[in-house]
Amino acid sequence: MNTTSIMIVGVGGQGSLLASKLLGALLVDEGYDVKVSEVHGMSQRGGSVVTYVRFGDKVCSPLIEEGEADFILSFEKLEAARWASCLKKGGTIIVNTQEIDPMPVITGAAEYPSGILEELKNKGVNIDAVDALSIAEQAGSAKAVNIVLLARFAKRFTIPVESWETAIANTVAPKFIDMNRKAFELGYNA
Amino acid sequence: MKKLMIGNEAVAEGLYEGGIGFISSYPGTPSTEITEFLAKRDDLHSEWAPNEKVAMEAAFGASLAGVRSACAMKHVGLNVSADPLFTMSYTGISAGLVVCVADDPAMHSSQNEQDSRHYAIAAKLPMLEPSDSQEALEFSKAAFELSEKYDTPVLLRMCTRVSHSQSIVETSERVVPERKTYVKNSPKYVMMPGYAKKKHPLVEARTAKLAELAEDCPFNRIEWGGLETGIITSGTSYQYVKEVFGDSVSVLKIGMPNPLPSRLIKEFAAHVKTLYVIEELDPVIEDHCRKLGLSPIGKEKFSPIGEFSQKTIAQAFGLPAKPSVSADSAAPARPPVMCSGCPHRGMFYVLAKNKITVLGDIGCYTLGAQAPLDSVDYTLCMGASVSGIHGFVTASEKDAAGKTVAIIGDSTFMHSGVTGLINIAYNGSNSTVIILDNSITGMTGHQQNPTTGYNIKGDPAGKVDLEALCRSIGIRRVRVADPYDLKQCEDILKEELAAEEPSVIISRRPCVLLKYVKTRPPLVVDTDKCRACKKCMKLGCPSISMKDGKAHIDKTLCVGCEVCGQLCPFEAIGKEETK
Repeated sequence: MNTTSIMIVGVGGQGSLLASKLLGALLVDEGYDVKVSEVHGMSQRGGSVVTYVRFGDKVCSPLIEEGEADFILSFEKLEAARWASCLKKGGTIIVNTQEIDPMPVITGAAEYPSGILEELKNKGVNIDAVDALSIAEQAGSAKAVNIVLLARFAKRFTIPVESWETAIANTVAPKFIDMNRKAFELGYNA
Repeated sequence: MKKLMIGNEAVAEGLYEGGIGFISSYPGTPSTEITEFLAKRDDLHSEWAPNEKVAMEAAFGASLAGVRSACAMKHVGLNVSADPLFTMSYTGISAGLVVCVADDPAMHSSQNEQDSRHYAIAAKLPMLEPSDSQEALEFSKAAFELSEKYDTPVLLRMCTRVSHSQSIVETSERVVPERKTYVKNSPKYVMMPGYAKKKHPLVEARTAKLAELAEDCPFNRIEWGGLETGIITSGTSYQYVKEVFGDSVSVLKIGMPNPLPSRLIKEFAAHVKTLYVIEELDPVIEDHCRKLGLSPIGKEKFSPIGEFSQKTIAQAFGLPAKPSVSADSAAPARPPVMCSGCPHRGMFYVLAKNKITVLGDIGCYTLGAQAPLDSVDYTLCMGASVSGIHGFVTASEKDAAGKTVAIIGDSTFMHSGVTGLINIAYNGSNSTVIILDNSITGMTGHQQNPTTGYNIKGDPAGKVDLEALCRSIGIRRVRVADPYDLKQCEDILKEELAAEEPSVIISRRPCVLLKYVKTRPPLVVDTDKCRACKKCMKLGCPSISMKDGKAHIDKTLCVGCEVCGQLCPFEAIGKEETK
């Protein structure tokens, strides 16, 4: 099979690294060749973070460039706009509708753009907008935003739900398994 | 067993399987995880050293004692440890010694993008360069064999994309070779001129032998494809070349960038119509090709600046861009910021308010250079704040001492700030040094250091008493300030700047991200009292913004440090229950 490319984008501290860890492990178990790439260091301090996940029969580059992503999982609305150019024609952005102001907006040097998702929709991008924060809170923790977004992705993909549940159990700390499973279920059915 | 691993974990696994018994390192992105993964193992010694030079020399000592050893560092760390590196090339080793160095093209978390391959050439040492995690594992393991067979330290060159990309590796059992018995051998290990002169010819002969090995070794290989285009490449660039061209072009993949295989390169070049060299950073392979009389297309198409990707390569070959959409409205940048409740913020605010010249250093606090604090004047390298202020204050007009500070973190001070402080005391400049003691090595992701009282395993360890250390150096004025108390910080700062002798201010409060730090409930703004003077905005705290013409505190981010409340002239910021 051809390589499928997924970008996970968000703000440092939002839990995107756990999402890529879970997804990577799941895809290896499913028998794919997998590459996951992320940058550690300064980007963890509230900066824009991006993780690339690629899988298929044989994956070479760990990076995803303009027009190459099949899916973008965005933990924050502005980040969806920032990385939208990486999306393939006909690709899908799954986006948490939460807004987190970056420092230039906080200091008043820039404005948080409005109408981001409408604009992308008008350009033919498939948008799955979800209030992942509320769903995660409903499941028991704001930290489960990552699992909610993964659940939205899982709906569009052929891997059985049971495999996702196993991957959750293998990735998160034991005391959070039930909460995360609930977040997955709520996200999947939202 | 098949497992997904980042390159750094794969290096750790390769060293482990290869029987490593000792690793000493100083953390540095993107190399840190190599040592962290090895620290999870209990059948070897792992440690954080105060700096890379100490780490490398410790690893050398362990090799002499007969145990396979390693050290790991970022590219600029190799500058710090260059001194032992060059002479270890002469002495050679006893048990295998691997020096892991991770370059950072595009400077994701670095102050320059130097190319470590120059060190291999300059120090006449073999270097291996993996292009994914499986190779990282294999090359690390093979490096021990190479090291012992050729009596040399071996450099293992990583880069950000190999260090921090996960790919599948096949692991195997650890095999620990028998410890080598220590035998005194002064002509081999005592590098005074008489002995060193005899060693240099041996180094040259070793390089010649390694060059022979390079011609026919598993690290370098030709993948024949179409003969129109032949590409010599290495490291992560190899992956991008394969992504763009698959098997349609011929590729000479270099896994051993020093010494380079001259005959193999010439043979490859002879078979292909157009020869390219695709390598990140400097034209090391390209220059070698030119020495061989070849004329490859290299840096004129593939920049020495930044990192590559499949897009860089496709563009250079004139391949069409992939169709994409983008949002019309430009997304405002989201730079990294000091965290809510970061103890560095208070001190930086006081420095900015008093318009102090700040000679900065390497760590999270480099972020103090950004708006709105905008209060760092220079950042050069580890320790340069303390050494630099001495020269600055000594050479400046008289009043500079009263308006200038050096600012350095606890770990960076241990790394190479302390020698600068000795110079201040010894040569008597009226310098003021602020040590931001947040009880951890922050930027690289919370590593212990000699001031924290814990070792790499989290066990209690020797703890440097910073106050006593500074006093013993000869600094009589050593003060401690709480950066959550702005008035105290400002008073102490003014007193020490006015003092006619060198002083040290220790700004002490643990990193707010440390698990044991108890945060307080978020603060709230009383919108009736807030007059939108924006004084609180001068802190650059990510929790504070203006909403509907009034200051607003994000309750999911605020940790209740109460620094903003000290700035509010209208007492509009406070705890929830009082409002």
